[in-house]
Amino acid sequence: MATSDEAKAALPFSLLANPRIGDWLRVLPGGLVEVRSGKVELGQGVLTALAQVAAEELDIDVARVRMVAAVTGISPDEGYTSGSMSIQNSGAALRVACAEARAVYLGVAADRWDVPADLLTVQDGTMAAPDGRTTSYWELADDELLDRPATGLAEPKAASGYRIVGTSVPRVDLPDKLAPRPRFVHDVALDGMLYGRVVRPPSRGATLLDVGAEPAMALPGVVAVVRDGSFLGVIAAREEVALRAADLLRADAKWQEEPSLPDEDDLPAFLTSAPAETGVLAESAPPASGPARPAAGSHEATYHRPYLAHAAMGPSSATALARTAPARTALARTAQARTASAGSEAGIRLEVWTHSQGVYLLRRELARTLKLTEDQVRVRHVEGAGCYGHNGADDAAMDAALLALAVPGRPVQVVWSRSDELGWAPYGPAAVVRIAAEVDARGDVLSWQHEIWGNGHVNRPGFARPVGLLAASHRDGGEPIGPAGDPPLERGGGSGRNAVPGYAFPAYRAVSHRLSVMPLRTSSLRSLGGFLNVFAIESFMDELAQAAGRDPVEYRLAQLADPRGRAVIEAVVRRSGWAERSASGSPGSSGSSGSSGSSRSVGHGIGYARYKNSSAYCAVVAEVEAVTEVRVRRLTIAVDAGLVINPDGAENQVEGGAIQATSWTLKERVRFNSLTVTSDTWDSYPILRFSEVPAVEVEFLPGDGNPSLGVGETAQGPTAAAIGNALCDALGVRVRTLPLTEQQILAAMPD
Amino acid sequence: MADTDPIRVAVLVNGRREEVRTEQDTALLYVLRNHLGLKGTRFGCGLGLCGACLVLIDGRPAYSCDTPMWAVEDREVITVEGLGAPERPHPVAQAIIDGQAAQCGFCISGVVISAAGLLASNDDPSEDEVRAALDRNLCRCGAHNRIVRAVLAAASHLRASRDSD
Repeated sequence: MATSDEAKAALPFSLLANPRIGDWLRVLPGGLVEVRSGKVELGQGVLTALAQVAAEELDIDVARVRMVAAVTGISPDEGYTSGSMSIQNSGAALRVACAEARAVYLGVAADRWDVPADLLTVQDGTMAAPDGRTTSYWELADDELLDRPATGLAEPKAASGYRIVGTSVPRVDLPDKLAPRPRFVHDVALDGMLYGRVVRPPSRGATLLDVGAEPAMALPGVVAVVRDGSFLGVIAAREEVALRAADLLRADAKWQEEPSLPDEDDLPAFLTSAPAETGVLAESAPPASGPARPAAGSHEATYHRPYLAHAAMGPSSATALARTAPARTALARTAQARTASAGSEAGIRLEVWTHSQGVYLLRRELARTLKLTEDQVRVRHVEGAGCYGHNGADDAAMDAALLALAVPGRPVQVVWSRSDELGWAPYGPAAVVRIAAEVDARGDVLSWQHEIWGNGHVNRPGFARPVGLLAASHRDGGEPIGPAGDPPLERGGGSGRNAVPGYAFPAYRAVSHRLSVMPLRTSSLRSLGGFLNVFAIESFMDELAQAAGRDPVEYRLAQLADPRGRAVIEAVVRRSGWAERSASGSPGSSGSSGSSGSSRSVGHGIGYARYKNSSAYCAVVAEVEAVTEVRVRRLTIAVDAGLVINPDGAENQVEGGAIQATSWTLKERVRFNSLTVTSDTWDSYPILRFSEVPAVEVEFLPGDGNPSLGVGETAQGPTAAAIGNALCDALGVRVRTLPLTEQQILAAMPD
Repeated sequence: MADTDPIRVAVLVNGRREEVRTEQDTALLYVLRNHLGLKGTRFGCGLGLCGACLVLIDGRPAYSCDTPMWAVEDREVITVEGLGAPERPHPVAQAIIDGQAAQCGFCISGVVISAAGLLASNDDPSEDEVRAALDRNLCRCGAHNRIVRAVLAAASHLRASRDSD
């Protein structure tokens, strides 16, 4: 038995940070358990999976669990919902907290009956003694029982005893979304709510010189025009009026503009020449002992991805309400209301409804920017459209807060335009990766050099300098948002994510050149640098295999030591019929020399990675058809994510990730001119449509007692690589620049 | 340009005649969501390019985000709320729940409208026909294949219930 100190030290990370059991769950007399997680629903189904974990440990039906959306001051603080860590962190904390809560309630029943607790059983919350006496959590419900820190002394269940975890419990949020009942942040409807719109600058770095508010103010229903430096917004009683007023302001505003963006047609040249901080991410020298194999050849190639947009279906939105001391009267019909000083007043209470990924961090940054104390701000999570990283959610919250402070007592709802969503939310960074390798006589790698040029991937509020909120940078005295950073590789890395090869190469070195200028604001997008790094590594592996005249699968397996990695490759090979495709002897198949000019237009390719080198294993086989454009016909995917909490939910995440990665790989590229982003509609930023989506098959390998690993990002890089390799198989052309459009294919063709 | 006070505008939504005070050129979407509280119809792009805002106008899928109020006078608007009741969702909505055919669900009202429009005229569509009908809807989460299977399942369910009548 562990001592209490040992048990406490072994508590999951999130539980150490939020040790009070009552912060995690609450038993309600009506037969329900409220469960609070600091993680938020992003459309990934995490609340359902966490409800399963809680129900499992409490021995209750999952239908009795009510997941409470994160809200500051009440929910545990678990930072951001990001990096595929929710199951690993929040799941682990809930497992221990719920096991302990179960033990506490059993202890009360045991004391009451004077029976040893370990003789009692629990079934759907009803506790029974051997003599048949029963009581329940609901009868004994008492918040004070859980008002204690977790000790780690209650043993959670062994995975072999799971009845709810590991089953495909339906999503808890979908019935509302299909009924439909209002559930999205855009659906928040408060008494007396006003509608706000922000008029963004016409270009990056533009400053607002002058704006005439009168035409907008003349519209019936306009309540206030808010200007603070280059931040310009309007508030109206009806949304349609806010839209018209914003158009009038936009037409009237005079801006000073300056070109600030690089040449989009020569982006790799900019990325590799811009000022940057260079650092070695990781390296491993060859073993000193033993005879070194002589190098028989070397190979080098350079890969590129453009900026990518989050492009969620619902634009960012937030609602905010500023309450002041009762003596203060609301501003009404005040032109040019200023917000700069409004926040600094004591007595203000600001409440924000947001789809932010981190309610506590957003609260801290809002308070800091608005000169409020954190106690003056409450941030509530409400679901938004699908979230794939640091999008405009936090920015919209700041917009709503600034507008709400101009009309105290009245809630203000802000919804971004599509143009602002595609044009002003942070982007996944453009980057260049160059890989160079020396190989032995068989073609196996002796040494491997991986170099990355591009902006960092983490620029979230709380990490960005000086303030990671768009409107804060536009306000009077605001400073531009500084270049994004990268977490260290031990914490998953940013641009260096997955830059360390997963293969057993004798020597490797990964170097990052992180730009210290940031023409377009970049931050986290699903899988961060893993997308390009895996695309590059796995494309390069195929290039090396081809140069050595070896089959891409055999080539990989020959250099992959990790048995779980080998297993996903072997599984995907089996399931996709890879061998049959090779045996068909079709020309141009990987391993033979590319037969450019042949009429063959169908190809197969493989991609593999262990996400973050520490999370789920994933191998993908793509079948593509390439004539004038690339069409992905089928993706076969094998994943080892350890213990899968909800198989159907996990499959949905992997399939969705693969389809999104297909869209990035085939179609997506943020477009811009010297002044600003021009791809601000679905016409200029097209994404994959229903008729273009490939068939997708996902197979999960047995968990084999391994702990749960997040699955939301694991397919991104392997999918891109599999498609690129399949394209090369089909056409004999190696395309190293994303997206794989007709234009890039033509550019990659030998002269 | 509407710089005079709003006027009374009438519209027939889900079988009810509604009167709201707005301008003639206000997009139907805002009347549905804010004036009538029908939040199922969603703003996605405002340009009729993503399908989140689809409603049926005289039985045909139409973008409510760029349909002005003057254009729906004397026409019948059906929103996703009008296709079923929370307790008894439209067969397509039910099939989406049964098949867990969504992730974030933001696009799903528009998908249900498109599919309902398709099934009203063709209750035995091929997979390609379903995909073609849904091409006006964008989905960013990658739930496409599940959605297509759900629509095919709903079609089969509709045919079965019709045959048993």
